Amino acid sequence: MARAMIRVVLLAVAAAGAAVALSARAEGPGDFVLPSSKAAQAESCVEPTEFMRRNHYEVIRHQRDTTVYGGIRSTKHSLAGCVNCHVGHDEAGQPVDIHAEGQFCNKCHEYAAVEMNCFDCHATVPKGELWNQEVAAPGIGSASYLAASPANGERGDGQQ
Amino acid sequence: MASSNRQQQMNRKTDNIDKSRRSFLGAAAGVSAAAVTPAVVLHTLNAEAAPRSTPVTDEHRWGMLVDTAKCADGCTACVEACDRENGLNLQAPPLGDDELKWQNQRATWIRKVKVQDNMTGTVTNLPLMCQHCEHPPCVDVCPTGASFKRADGIVMVDRHICIGCRYCMMACPYKARSFIHEEVDHKLTRAPRGKGCVESCNLCAHRLDEGDISTACADACSAEGHHAIIFGDLNDPESPLRQALAQQRSRQLRQDLRLNTGVRYTDV
Repeated sequence: MARAMIRVVLLAVAAAGAAVALSARAEGPGDFVLPSSKAAQAESCVEPTEFMRRNHYEVIRHQRDTTVYGGIRSTKHSLAGCVNCHVGHDEAGQPVDIHAEGQFCNKCHEYAAVEMNCFDCHATVPKGELWNQEVAAPGIGSASYLAASPANGERGDGQQ
Repeated sequence: MASSNRQQQMNRKTDNIDKSRRSFLGAAAGVSAAAVTPAVVLHTLNAEAAPRSTPVTDEHRWGMLVDTAKCADGCTACVEACDRENGLNLQAPPLGDDELKWQNQRATWIRKVKVQDNMTGTVTNLPLMCQHCEHPPCVDVCPTGASFKRADGIVMVDRHICIGCRYCMMACPYKARSFIHEEVDHKLTRAPRGKGCVESCNLCAHRLDEGDISTACADACSAEGHHAIIFGDLNDPESPLRQALAQQRSRQLRQDLRLNTGVRYTDV
């Protein structure tokens, strides 16, 4: 009896696992990209999507030292660039915290149960001047998104 | 041979775990690669807006000259500009903290200091920030190497490796560093800030890295019409800073410590 029970439980677990695997397989490249983000309009990330999925933390960590010690604030691999391009926007066009539930970073990290602490310190929405936030190709969503954020364009803001 | 290999693997349990994990991850990778491949297009976005593409060097050493005779009593333009530039105005007091305690605890990169000679009654006003020493005591004492001097003379904290021990705050003769006690809800992209790290003036490094040779405090002081702060390159004999240093008698605060500060003061 007990053995039969265990068998049933194992089967159920296996079925659930298969379902999860199937749903995971259904995720194509860019499926975690929010439609309201600039990234949705870009052809791919700064590197191929597959590479970014596996290595984004290495890329960001490398850039972090380059920035802190070398003063190179290139947006290609910078966290500010990630946030700028991947941040979602609500109906009013206001950016939503990128690590909030259901948002770009949170979606995967929640699923993978990997805790990140980037946003203990770093801004979760593009805030402040444009200089380290321009990452998307020219013309992509710039006008609407930049206009939506009053913080942009002026040095020494921060009233939000 | 194969069997002895297997024996070794059996003996080394960690290896075993690694292998099985790898094979699983390999399979998973295969699956996801199959799903991803069709849409992968190598495409580099046009992001050449950032001027600095090579690491900072010791070609420049950034510094300041503060003319305390021009520093107006009661004026806090530099402090406020610094607050706005570096998101310090976005800090909020913790619940229940009284105002005085908060003012003592909140991070400030510039303090406006008023010194009076009791004998003569002479009053001197000056902004006091990180002096960007050539031999910074904060860097000497840092146990993790988080406190460091950038090649261009800017003393900074790598908050990725700062453990918040606050030795540097004890070591600094200028009381220039602040500690972030609480999580900060709002921060600017250019000024990350988080609980448990020490920070201080970085001579608006984000501006310099963009090729904008200025600081918020110097700009604000000029905008007020005081022109008490001159910012520039200490290594360049032609720079306005060096010209001013050549013309006026200036000194370092706590010159006795021989730290060779990057920030100099006149009339103190």
